Amino acid sequence: MKQKVKKKMTKAQKNEAVWGLCFAAPAIIGLIVLNFYPIINTIWQSFHKTGDFGKGNTFVAFANYSSVLTSGEFWQSLLNTIKYAIIEVPFSIVIALVLAVFLNRKMRFRSGYRTIFFLPMVAAPAAVAMVWKWLYNQQYGLLNHVFNTDTAWISDPKIAWISVAIIGVWSIIGYNMVLFLGGLQEIPHDYYEAAEIDGATGIRQFFKITVPLLSPTTFFIVQTRIIAALQVFDLIYMVMDKTNVALGKVESIVCVFYEYAFTFDNKGYGSTMVVMLLIFIMIITVILQKMEKKFVFYN
Amino acid sequence: MDSVRTKDKIVRIVIHVILIVMSIIMIVPFLWMALTAFKTVQESTSITPFVIFPSEWKFENFVEVWENYNFLILYKNTLLMIFFRVLCAVLTATMAGYAFGRLRFPGKNFLFSLVLIQMMVPPQIFLLPQYLMVSKMGMLNTTFALVFPGLVSAFGTYLLKTSFQGLPKDLEEAAAIDGCNIGQRFLLIMAPLTRSGMVSLGIFTAVFAFKDLMWPMIACTSIETTSLSAALAKMQGQFAANYPQLMAAALMACIPMIVIYLIFQKQFVEGIATSGGKL
Repeated sequence: MKQKVKKKMTKAQKNEAVWGLCFAAPAIIGLIVLNFYPIINTIWQSFHKTGDFGKGNTFVAFANYSSVLTSGEFWQSLLNTIKYAIIEVPFSIVIALVLAVFLNRKMRFRSGYRTIFFLPMVAAPAAVAMVWKWLYNQQYGLLNHVFNTDTAWISDPKIAWISVAIIGVWSIIGYNMVLFLGGLQEIPHDYYEAAEIDGATGIRQFFKITVPLLSPTTFFIVQTRIIAALQVFDLIYMVMDKTNVALGKVESIVCVFYEYAFTFDNKGYGSTMVVMLLIFIMIITVILQKMEKKFVFYN
Repeated sequence: MDSVRTKDKIVRIVIHVILIVMSIIMIVPFLWMALTAFKTVQESTSITPFVIFPSEWKFENFVEVWENYNFLILYKNTLLMIFFRVLCAVLTATMAGYAFGRLRFPGKNFLFSLVLIQMMVPPQIFLLPQYLMVSKMGMLNTTFALVFPGLVSAFGTYLLKTSFQGLPKDLEEAAAIDGCNIGQRFLLIMAPLTRSGMVSLGIFTAVFAFKDLMWPMIACTSIETTSLSAALAKMQGQFAANYPQLMAAALMACIPMIVIYLIFQKQFVEGIATSGGKL
């Protein structure tokens, strides 16, 4: 088939092919150098033991994998990451959906509210984490003062993971809300008018019209949020000090990867961690794709 | 009818109350950041009485952080990183987007599948080899290192491809009849029409670069060469107890982006919303 096309190429087609390749070349060459070579290199490293001073890597087959898979640290960090996602994803999505439905009508201060909710998206996560760490401070923090409590928000291993996930929820609500507002705009208004004539209440309309018709948007947000939550790093790295006793119960996979790859300089082990993350995200993606057919209502 | 109206009014008020409470929750951390930044250490750590407003609005913390950490250089580093990443990403993505969206060439589907694969892979997998590359080039702790991973954008290529595909065909055909070659058609007619796509990509790239923490921490470890985000991480490690100064630093790091956001709100929201969760 390809040969046939090649033979039949006219001068104009050849011309177009040359332009096309030239235009695509910078981006594609960049992707190969910056992304595809690194993917292969990371996988290659995961089968090697890092030699002293980064030299003399020796092939160790699956030794890195077996030591990652038998280390309690890896499984704990995987569990921590999943726990983070279990809080961040549903809460940020449900709250954002409710806010979007409220804002999807003519009302006063509509754009003002939107501006405020979206604000965390343009703040540096490092700064956001710093101020939350200060709010959570056990002795001097605003939260313990306002609630008149003495909670160790981020150093009690039982609740620290929730405290960190709350920052994640706070940071991402506005973003999810904007995506929902986009989806809501695509639902034809007549559906609601018809429901109104039939005497359906606002809450009934929400569950019978909004939720099903919004499901493609919701699914998209759920999928992207889950995948992003599994890569959480900034917040945890900034909020949890190295000396924090709860660190082990909060550290995500990417935090542990960072530690091994860049602090301990154990590139083989670090690469293996990140390959495991890749595999895990692939599995989640496949599961989500299977669920899409079941849960998403396409008009 | 009257009862319907009062019910409507109550619903309206309830909705506003919920929205106001949410707004307060969103604003308080920023407000607390600002209030703390003006306090003295004693005020910030006083429990009885708990101090909400500083007794005096002094800029000492800002001045001290500005001088100790040479914020001017941090702004410059961050600005240059953003500028070059936006320039390179928009340029390469627009060209490639045009090729993938409008032209026929051999290997097109295969090459575009590379773009899609890149978007599905967790980006942490690129970090270690990218670091080793920059290190081998002897370019660690330079502006080039900050820019390096953002030289091209797979997401941008995808976004611009969609923009180009959405344009009507006849425009280009008319230009072809007028004797424009493909390069002229791209430059004079098609590229200007995808301006909104380019703006979205530019904003997304800028905000992403600004927020990125791990790469600048890895590639630029010295505080004179790194970006604002990574510098904040360093500062926190250095004086963990001086919250007024930390908050002053955090506020100074965030304010430029927040001001730009408030001015170009519509474009910002659109640009970030199109990113599909990559941020």
